[in-house]
Amino acid sequence: MIEITEVPSPFCGIGTDDLTIRVDGLLMKVIENGCAVNTPAFEQPITDTSARAEGKEVSFEQAISKAAEILKVTKLPLISGCATDVNGMRGLLALADRCGAVVDNANFAGARNNFLALQDSGWMNTTLAEVKNRCDLLLVVGTDLEVFAPRFYERYLWNKESMFLEDTHQRTVIYLGKGPSGNASTSPNGKKAKVIECVTDDLPEVIAVLRALVKGQQIRASSVCGLAVADLQLLADQLKAAKYGVVTWAAGALSYAHAELTVQKLSEMIKDINNLNTRCSGLPLAGKEGDQTANQVCGWTTGYPVRTSFSRGYPEYDPFLNDTIALLARGEADALVWVQAFNANAVPPETTLPTIVVGRSGMKFSKEPDVFIPVGTPGIDHAGHAYRMDNVVAIRLKKLRDSGLPSTAQVLHAIEQAL
Amino acid sequence: MLIKLTGGTVYDPASGIDGKVQDIYIQDGHIVDNPNKVVVDKEYDLRGKVVMSGAIDMHTHIGGGKGNIARTLLPEDHRLDPVHRSDITRSGCGHAMPSTFVTGYRYAEMGYTAGFEPAVLPINARQAHMEMADIPILDKGGYVMLGSDDYLLRMLTVKKDQKAINDYVAWTMHSAKAIGVKVVNPGGINAFKFNQRKLDLDEQNCHYGVTPRQILQVLATAVKEIGVTHPLHVHGCNLGVPGNVQTTLDTIQGIGGLPMHLTHIQFHSYGTEGDFKFSSGAAQIAEAINKNKNITIDVGQILFGQTVTASGDNMRQHANHKHASPNKWVTMDIECDAGCGVVPFKYKDKNFVNALQWAIGLETFLLVDDPWRIFLTTDHPNGAPFTSYPHLIRLLMDRSFRNEMLLTIHPEAQKMTTLASIEREYTLQEIAIMTRAGAAKLIGLKDRGGLSAGNWADITVYTDNFDRQKMFEKPDYVFKDGQLVVVDGKVVSIKWGTTHVVKPEFDASVEKGLKDYFDRYLTMKLGNFRISDDEITEDGRGSITVHPLKGDVA
Repeated sequence: MIEITEVPSPFCGIGTDDLTIRVDGLLMKVIENGCAVNTPAFEQPITDTSARAEGKEVSFEQAISKAAEILKVTKLPLISGCATDVNGMRGLLALADRCGAVVDNANFAGARNNFLALQDSGWMNTTLAEVKNRCDLLLVVGTDLEVFAPRFYERYLWNKESMFLEDTHQRTVIYLGKGPSGNASTSPNGKKAKVIECVTDDLPEVIAVLRALVKGQQIRASSVCGLAVADLQLLADQLKAAKYGVVTWAAGALSYAHAELTVQKLSEMIKDINNLNTRCSGLPLAGKEGDQTANQVCGWTTGYPVRTSFSRGYPEYDPFLNDTIALLARGEADALVWVQAFNANAVPPETTLPTIVVGRSGMKFSKEPDVFIPVGTPGIDHAGHAYRMDNVVAIRLKKLRDSGLPSTAQVLHAIEQAL
Repeated sequence: MLIKLTGGTVYDPASGIDGKVQDIYIQDGHIVDNPNKVVVDKEYDLRGKVVMSGAIDMHTHIGGGKGNIARTLLPEDHRLDPVHRSDITRSGCGHAMPSTFVTGYRYAEMGYTAGFEPAVLPINARQAHMEMADIPILDKGGYVMLGSDDYLLRMLTVKKDQKAINDYVAWTMHSAKAIGVKVVNPGGINAFKFNQRKLDLDEQNCHYGVTPRQILQVLATAVKEIGVTHPLHVHGCNLGVPGNVQTTLDTIQGIGGLPMHLTHIQFHSYGTEGDFKFSSGAAQIAEAINKNKNITIDVGQILFGQTVTASGDNMRQHANHKHASPNKWVTMDIECDAGCGVVPFKYKDKNFVNALQWAIGLETFLLVDDPWRIFLTTDHPNGAPFTSYPHLIRLLMDRSFRNEMLLTIHPEAQKMTTLASIEREYTLQEIAIMTRAGAAKLIGLKDRGGLSAGNWADITVYTDNFDRQKMFEKPDYVFKDGQLVVVDGKVVSIKWGTTHVVKPEFDASVEKGLKDYFDRYLTMKLGNFRISDDEITEDGRGSITVHPLKGDVA
């Protein structure tokens, strides 16, 4: 039995790397600095140790050759999930390039809201250490931040010391849209977050008014979607008065059509504030289950985020046409490779297509895939790299135990070799 | 396996060979003396061909977060240049900010065998190395960025001595696996976070009270004292600002004789004369370079067309966003470490400012006397994509071509440049110095950049052609570490280059202060911050080559 300290987590997206984990053979116990997201993800036991083909246990080699057999005869395989580490993504993209596949990430429906805004007008963003040391006002839009990342406030807002704020407890936290489900956003000295509450679907209208107010436009209405314009005026004034305001959102939580326009409106508002003689930055939340990793590695390998097709021999990005669900619904794909090394509960979408699952040990399927190859989890069973939500920082994941499970990269590389 | 390259005309400035017909032998990846063996396994008849060592790009943005933001920002640019996979090469995209694989192929196809990423943020160094690990064929390395990091500025504020700063710089080079140190808008990226929008050489950071001049002084001293060959690599203050020629001249004077490399100096050579209050400072800059032997420069030539600018200088990039074309841009503040700004640009020959920028770069090339102290760059992709190098070489080597091009730019810009009167044409030997021997010497690469026995066999063979663009864009052969990787300008085999680093010594006690700082203010444990060697080598393709420090370590 050993205790490993300073363990980085690939699960929470905010790069916590102070976990202490007790490892007893294959059993893991988070004994310090766990949270509702990380603890179960680290402690999930290994149940599957061998590969299966058509529901029967087979050797690794047999599983690989069966997978290759399926892919050899496909015209448009779909490699989805894309939840793995940097090396896993490298192997995945090499395989996709080789067999003319479409790649897509499970979290892309949310991430698309950010990419469409980024690719149309750009943004001014910041990262977690800047938040920790500079942020004097945090505006949380449409997102239950402490559910997304339970330790966000503890680590990055209510930190004991910061370089540029005398007292971190004096920071202002404001929610726009839904309010917080718990008290993590309440400062240690009891100051509660202010909530300017509206339903999520009303955010586009509310944020349009907020941006107009930031720009000093006259609003003739006195209320918008049930909110007093005066309250939004106060918020606009606070954003302009803050020295280093930060606006955060989880793109997936903006669950209405064309939420990219909300992200764009927020990002343009942030740019406006930076032209009003102060600083303000965006902080999109992400980094779960390899989503940032997938987009980063696909970015440098192809020029594009995931939702990229290799079917014509070169990468083509289309954030709508290359959607997993749409491709399956339209009957365009003819095989599914589901890669999910982090979350045993994230099983592939239902399909009648030949299916290969390269997944975390412990997956339970309603319909047994043609091939299932359990893989180790990056940061537990093998070393690796994963990107944090803020996109700049890749964390070095540690190997914590000897499970003998192969890595995603090893499996996908073996399949590519077998083609 | 013994390879013989027979009868080529060799340009090897590292050995003082200037266009001499001689044979070259390759064995086990290296150039060897004539082994006088009867049996040569493979012979290439290079009679009439030009032979140089593989070219080295000493300043090119090929790895790291801002480049990937630039890629993500510009899907429409990639769509104009899709790259198909082949049996031996991967698919990807080209043009302004190519994908990593395509970067490697296209550099190799122009005869380049190494490229150095000049802006490795310590906190983003993992990404820089991971991206560069996916660049085939080329050797690579990085210059780690300091100067706007709060740790250094705090040290300066509490007047830590030079020794402490040396330890910090050396430690950072180890952690980030670097071969050089760069400073970008010294202290300016930091000042931008405090809402300062400009920072002159002697202007104080409003929080720390530290000036860019002080930062340059301590970092240039540190680099020299810890024995790093590559001088402090400086992207100066006031990039792109008319009148910044004075800042640059003051920067040269202010460094007091310490070794310093001024990068993409074209962007820092602007006067304020003329009707448009924008003029060339190239003559003054060249005069200062010619006089101050401690200074080296690369040009950062602009060439006309669409590209994207990706820089650590978020202060200046924010100011420049008004010129974004297409109109979209990104800036980031990064981890109390640095920042970045990505702004697409379309340089136009009929735009007065762009046209004069083009002329200023060329004037600089032609007015600086010593080719060992000036380097051929476009600051890829900022001035133009690296694929425009053959065109740039023709501009330098062919006066009549240059003057033809000059006649096509904005007429007012033609009046504001002395270019037409400059007769100089670069020789093949001078090109070989700038792009090979000089670059290897500047970076401190042992056994690279030369063709004498003992060097690694990075070799490029061209067919001599009066049209230098045609000549340099399609080498007959390129060998990387002795392996034939390019034939007739096309990749024929894949090899993986090494990562060049230096490992200057530091006092281990430096980590005490750093650990405390990381625990209190940063978001990562110190132990998780340091990059280990196996992160670069564990994929089985990568390797690390440690280069010697200067003998005169203080």
